[in-house]
Amino acid sequence: MSKPIVATASLAGCFGCHMSLLDIDDRILQLIDLVEFHKSPVDDIKKFTKMCDVGIIEGGCCNSENVENLRDFRKNCKILVALGECAIMGGLPAMRNDIPVKECLEEAYLGSPTIDPKDPKIIPNDDDIPMILDRVYPLHEIVKIDYFLPGCPPRADLIWEALLTLATGKELNIPYEVFKFD
Amino acid sequence: MGNIAEVVSKAVESYQKDPTRLLDVIRDVQDALGQVSDEAIVQIGHLMNLSKVDVEGVVTFYHFFSKSPVGKYTVYLNNSAVAVMMGRGAIAKAFEKEVGCSFGSLSEDGKIGLYDTSCIGMNDQEPAAIINGVVFTNLTEKRVKELVTGMKAGRNVSDMVKDLGDGNNQSELVKSMVKNNIRQRGSVLFAPYESGSALRKAVAGTPEDVINEIKNAELRGRGGAGFPTGMKWDFCRRAQGERHYVVCNADEGEPGTFKDRVILTEIPEMLFEGMAVAGYAVGAAEGILYLRAEYMYLKKFLEKVLDDLRKKNILGKNAGGKTGFDFDVKIQMGAGAYICGEESALIQSAEGKRGEPRNRPPFPVQRGYGGYPTTVNNVETLCAVSRIMVEGGKWFASMGTVQSRGMKLLSVSGDCDKPGIYEVEWGITLEQLLKTVGGSGAQAVVIGGPSGTIVGKEAFGKKVCYQELGTGGSVIVISKKRNLLEIVHNFMEFFIEESCGWCVPCRAGNVIITNKLEKIMAGNGTKTDLAELESWCKIVKGMSRCGLGQTSPNPIATTIANFRSLYEEKLKKVEYETGFDLLKSVQESCKVANRKPKIEGH
Amino acid sequence: MSELTFFIDNKECKAKKGQTITEAARDNGVYIPTLCDYPGIRPAGTCRICTVKVNGRNMAGCTTPVEEGMIVENKTAELEDMRKAIIEMLFVEGNHMCPTCEKSGNCDLQALGYRYTMMVPRFPYLWPSREIDASMPKIVIDKNRCIQCLRCVRGITTADGKHIFGTLHRGDKTRISADPELVAAMTDEQAQKAMDICPVGAILKREVGFKVPMGKRKYDSAPIGSDIEK
Ligand SMILES: Cc1cc2nc3c(=O)[nH]c(=O)nc-3n(C[C@H](O)[C@H](O)[C@H](O)COP(=O)(O)O)c2cc1C
Ligand code: SF4
Ligand code: SF4
Repeated sequence: MSKPIVATASLAGCFGCHMSLLDIDDRILQLIDLVEFHKSPVDDIKKFTKMCDVGIIEGGCCNSENVENLRDFRKNCKILVALGECAIMGGLPAMRNDIPVKECLEEAYLGSPTIDPKDPKIIPNDDDIPMILDRVYPLHEIVKIDYFLPGCPPRADLIWEALLTLATGKELNIPYEVFKFD
Repeated sequence: MGNIAEVVSKAVESYQKDPTRLLDVIRDVQDALGQVSDEAIVQIGHLMNLSKVDVEGVVTFYHFFSKSPVGKYTVYLNNSAVAVMMGRGAIAKAFEKEVGCSFGSLSEDGKIGLYDTSCIGMNDQEPAAIINGVVFTNLTEKRVKELVTGMKAGRNVSDMVKDLGDGNNQSELVKSMVKNNIRQRGSVLFAPYESGSALRKAVAGTPEDVINEIKNAELRGRGGAGFPTGMKWDFCRRAQGERHYVVCNADEGEPGTFKDRVILTEIPEMLFEGMAVAGYAVGAAEGILYLRAEYMYLKKFLEKVLDDLRKKNILGKNAGGKTGFDFDVKIQMGAGAYICGEESALIQSAEGKRGEPRNRPPFPVQRGYGGYPTTVNNVETLCAVSRIMVEGGKWFASMGTVQSRGMKLLSVSGDCDKPGIYEVEWGITLEQLLKTVGGSGAQAVVIGGPSGTIVGKEAFGKKVCYQELGTGGSVIVISKKRNLLEIVHNFMEFFIEESCGWCVPCRAGNVIITNKLEKIMAGNGTKTDLAELESWCKIVKGMSRCGLGQTSPNPIATTIANFRSLYEEKLKKVEYETGFDLLKSVQESCKVANRKPKIEGH
Repeated sequence: MSELTFFIDNKECKAKKGQTITEAARDNGVYIPTLCDYPGIRPAGTCRICTVKVNGRNMAGCTTPVEEGMIVENKTAELEDMRKAIIEMLFVEGNHMCPTCEKSGNCDLQALGYRYTMMVPRFPYLWPSREIDASMPKIVIDKNRCIQCLRCVRGITTADGKHIFGTLHRGDKTRISADPELVAAMTDEQAQKAMDICPVGAILKREVGFKVPMGKRKYDSAPIGSDIEK
């Protein structure tokens, strides 16, 4: 069997989940033997050029670009994994979900104390800037997600176990100490 | 409007600071001030030595109490499924247009408030509303205009009632336009009855004799659950306690039921006498009629009936002429909460608390009102008791079917020619019933109200009785022209509104399954969604604490079982669908940023 | 004191008269998950996680007294799945941002999520709008995290028995609230007790926080209930 192809991305996340992936330490060498990385910040491949077996996504969706990215992953990956709290339930960015978008934008761009009073007060609206969603969405509220790995970030050992399972088909082993929501 | 401190202290004093009368205190304040403000709540707490949060908990639990002002005139328009079927939508619009505010709010001048309310027990004469306690039925747009004009002109609400209803609705103390619509009289409830005859018979024997007679009649409770009345009384009688209580459940909140209202209007003597018989049987000296707030318009009349019965010595000291048997009845008003029909929630409410059911055991017959053994019985049950005393248990048991003896009052409404009250023998088939009420050709029948079952044509041959199609009395006929899923949705909104909120599966679960139903109704459901909906109904039913949550998914569960194709037609033939709409979700931010949403390829 | 014999999943158990099913189970080394229950206060039966089958009927173990010869089913696949569903309902009903919560690691709800390996709730998040009440001198109430277990209502009262906490509204709008006067008069001790009694991070004592480091918290290394199952 050829090596499974893995793609990863961070949407509305902090890259902490990716950092945690790197936290598997020297097992990363084993991982390179086990899987081939495709589109991912790990190898800086920017575009899908082939079908991938597994897509791993950290972060939820807070803007239109996140949504497009996520849909792109769904199209190009057989299995999608939501990695970490933000992907699973919006996480910290979702703390804005109870605040009207108008208030958020005004606070950020018009009323914030860090705004230079000399600058024109506008809410950025260039067509190239992604559009903000009404709230932050967990991934599975937008596309089908096959697996979820909780944690903020998910512990490196949990990620490792999950990758092993996905790459080798062995049964998923979850030690209690690594299954956490924080 | 009086001064808050004055009003509160007067209200508190008139109930001697008795915490069990908290609902009455709050009602007096609400009536006098048009609201129960934070300030009033704090003062009630101080004067009654209760913590503010407990008083506020009660104020915010009941639909007819409000912390914010609800106007000099407060319109509560029924939003139950049958009201909607009978044209509530247009009536609501007419009110909104005439008053100038939308439902759930107060007019600009603060004079008129418009609010929705759950079924008010007038399903046979919808659309209907309660304005300052006065019931207006069969509303038309024209009538709404008149009413609003009247309110704007400051008219007295009761003066705006034009034609009075039939029977005792015309009594000086009722003067209501409500109609009884008794379509079929049977031999138990609506046959001639001589006041005093039941109690005379009862007290001639021992309490055990009475209980045995009820057992022989195989009478089962008419409130819905169908518990054997004789057995309940037996438990209650045997339960240890300094005192015992008889409580009559006149909360009648199940949408589509209105038979208790007609009993209360036409044969209250028979009911109160039944309570006295129950009191004699279980050893109680006090009875409480827990009357739903929607039936406030009957209160004065019922008080008068009680007075007359006292004069006739059917109530009071040595009731029924039996030395040593003292029994009297008081009326406790509810304040708008369907859950208070559940017997233990009713007791909590009658004790002046939030109407949250209790954990059982202990059951009310062990520890009920005030902690004393209490039998809670439905209005109709207690009337049947009176008849059984006169005619005998054997006579009663000779009617009906094996496990459902005697006759039953049905409240029939919806798409039929003759909505109203039917006294039938248990065991009548739905088909026969539909024919009698002029509802043949129905698409579906809701039997037992939202918490009961929704059945289709295949089941019309079934009998109305506990073994086949049990009911507390509500029968709603639904013609082919109706969208059944919308009716199901209306029922689910009812349960969400009326859940007491105590336990998780009912409080959160009903919202969750209703959202799922909405997803399917919007055309965004898949096969998986339908399967999930089905299994989530089981979770809510299986894990909820009381009868409300244990039955609230029934509208969905029984229509999935009996009308599956209605759901399947709506499903998308895709594997996964979230219903997420990118364009919609960026609308707001684009508007704020003053840009045009640009969505390519979606 | 008289002893009763009853059975949980075919295991013969002993109970003292008056004991509830969950209490007796605990004494017999059987774990029935609980959440709203708390030692020393009257059981309320709000969460329903302790639901067991008694003679074929679903009953809350925390409010049902043991009776002689009772047959209790506890760890069936059906019940375990329904319990997990309740935990998931609580996670979607409020706004539970564990990474931001001071109670994380010591939270009973989270611990149940761990025990039942909740990867993601099966239900869609409800994103309710709930307030954080920081108006009180000794404590903060974050209603986003409140699971309405009523532990605080039942367990924290004034010397003369008045409720300091209570519930407002009904149905899905039910919210916990504190009596402004009584809560202002709370002692430090009471505030600490309130924080401890709250199973989640809804009641927090002011001015202390994140005292116990990760790895040392209550549920960091062993699942909830493992002290009972031996
Ligand atoms: C949510 C709920 C609402 C109820 N509403 C009523 C009611 O309005 N009237 C009534 O008589 N029983 C009602 N019941 C049933 C009562 O709990 C109780 O069984 C009944 O009053 C007993 O009287 P019975 O044995 O004469 O029927 C309700 C039960 C539940 C769970
Ligand atoms: S089932 Fe519903 S109404 Fe009954 S106790 Fe639970 S929340 Fe309250
Ligand atoms: S504040 Fe805490 S203790 Fe009180 S009801 Fe909410 S979760 Fe329970």
